[in-house]
Amino acid sequence: MTVASISVSETPLVLYLLRRADDALILGHRLSEWCGHAPMLEEDMALANMGLDLLGQARELYSYAAKIEGKGNDEDKFAYLRDVRQYRNLLLVEQPNGDFARTLARQFFYSAFADLYWRAMMKSSDATLAAIAAKSEKESAYHMRHSSEWMLRLGDGTEESHRRAQTAIDDLWAFTGEMFAVDDGERALIDAGIAIDPASLKAQWFKTVSGIVNEATLALPKSDWMQQGGRIGRHSEHLGHLLSELQSMQRTFPGATW
Amino acid sequence: MATPNTPLWEVFIRSRNGLAHKHCGSLHASDATLALQAARDIFTRRGEGLSIWVVPSSAITASDPSEKGMMFEPAESKIYRHPTFYDVPEEVGHM
Repeated sequence: MTVASISVSETPLVLYLLRRADDALILGHRLSEWCGHAPMLEEDMALANMGLDLLGQARELYSYAAKIEGKGNDEDKFAYLRDVRQYRNLLLVEQPNGDFARTLARQFFYSAFADLYWRAMMKSSDATLAAIAAKSEKESAYHMRHSSEWMLRLGDGTEESHRRAQTAIDDLWAFTGEMFAVDDGERALIDAGIAIDPASLKAQWFKTVSGIVNEATLALPKSDWMQQGGRIGRHSEHLGHLLSELQSMQRTFPGATW
Repeated sequence: MATPNTPLWEVFIRSRNGLAHKHCGSLHASDATLALQAARDIFTRRGEGLSIWVVPSSAITASDPSEKGMMFEPAESKIYRHPTFYDVPEEVGHM
């Protein structure tokens, strides 16, 4: 790697935007890894479509973060020129695709949150964020529907699909708590009406998720111990590998375009 | 990959209000709900549609290509069935 990482002035709003943008970029990238590998052509397209929705969300959030920061960074620099410790995404979204059930369970947990989150954010006092929310909400609602339908079919499908779906839920459950965590900087944004309190979404999220999981004849783990760290740059070992692929071109050929 | 668990579906898209649904292709899906979602992802990615129908391909009864002559050739010599032998009065305007 021949290009140095940028430095970012992480004011509370810039940090808030980067966290959501990183969620979308990293999950979108994970979905793009399925391109050409999905179990069937139809699902190959569906996963890529969801990935592109998320990439679009990431771009808008990065662009807005760049504008708020005002230090000459842009969406590409945020995506390509930050190290793993500068990434602020949830640990959940960086978890490897694993099998199809794991990818869909990860999507299901995230989309169940994102759907509620963006709908609530449409009332943000920040007009740009409210506009991004209005667009993202429709996309997330569809991601939620698609991943829910698959959870039902995998859970209530064959013995093997049930086992794979249950294993995915068990393994990913500890990464769901981070979606509802808030730090002091975010608390100030919540108080200002710019952000919404994710804790206020938790009951509805749990109701929706547990309802579908039960209907799918699956079970949520009883454990409430939750893994955290992504929001402050403490990631699992998987993110570095993901970024080395995502960033390799721009790090090797700075500013390359085609 | 076609398996017995993922039957074939025919997809019909309506592009705008007032126009008919048109056949645009087929896909594999395990059931109607997933067929509809797959149709959305495959055939409306560029804003092509406002409404989607999916129909099990097995529900379609098709004419036999080998009977093309019997089925369609008799109509080819009946030009009087085309409404082109009428003089449209001026006051009717555009029809």
